Amino acid sequence: MIFPGTNCETDVVEAVSSLGANSELLWHGDENIHGVDSIVIPGGFAHGDYLRPGAIARFSPVMKAVTKFALEGGPVIGICNGFQVLTEAGLLPGALQKNRGLKFLCQPAVLRVETTESILTNKATTGESLHIPINHFEGNYTCNKETLKELQEENRIVLRYVNNPNGSIDDIAGVCNKKRNVVGLMPHPERACNDLLGSTDGQVLFRSLLAA
Amino acid sequence: MKFSILVDIQLLEGISDPAGATIERALPALGYKEICDVSVGKTIRFTLEATSLSEAQKTSEKICSLFLTNPVIEEAKIVIEELS
Repeated sequence: MIFPGTNCETDVVEAVSSLGANSELLWHGDENIHGVDSIVIPGGFAHGDYLRPGAIARFSPVMKAVTKFALEGGPVIGICNGFQVLTEAGLLPGALQKNRGLKFLCQPAVLRVETTESILTNKATTGESLHIPINHFEGNYTCNKETLKELQEENRIVLRYVNNPNGSIDDIAGVCNKKRNVVGLMPHPERACNDLLGSTDGQVLFRSLLAA
Repeated sequence: MKFSILVDIQLLEGISDPAGATIERALPALGYKEICDVSVGKTIRFTLEATSLSEAQKTSEKICSLFLTNPVIEEAKIVIEELS
């Protein structure tokens, strides 16, 4: 999925292609999603992040089809800015506020897989550590107490930071919806899919998505 | 009737406000040590056509909750003025 300002789509294409999958770039201005099997909303600055990250992207013509696809159980993941788009679109709960510590963070992070019951982690192992980089200013996940309780009780916190870099509530790095077919995460698995990049731990997440 | 709408958006208490915190930390350097609770929000202005003040109020509130603010992290105050 490409919005004006998205900038990680080629990395995602490269990552899924290296696993043998076909990919197609979808444009935000189209009203349909061309029959794809799953959707990735990559990172970047959709619509310049104006107003709030993800706030304007929600009104892009393609989002109606994405929402319909997601509500019908189609696998959708949002990475970084894509996660922000999914929360603004109401497909995932909570919001991403500015990092604790006032800094833009671009660094490696260690994540713990908390559940394998999601379209992003079905090929991973619960408790497994994944080395996947982060690259964000607004990545500090927040939600109200009731939502947090619901996420915890329904085992919908998919990934947690081992060393919380940004202040996210309950160390949350990624969450899923009730149906477990929509997942948002701040770290960039597409940047950890090649030995040259220092880690291939992102592959298990894309393998999960492709198997979903 | 035309109304001038001013929407003052601030982060909810407890939501991280790096810009506000940075300004607050800089103020003592100017000699202002008695300032606290600095917060940075945003202001949005627009002109709205409506049949009455209450309709203008209702429309503005709807736009605010649907689009201009994210109620998980922000709150808004709306100031409406009728344009002559």
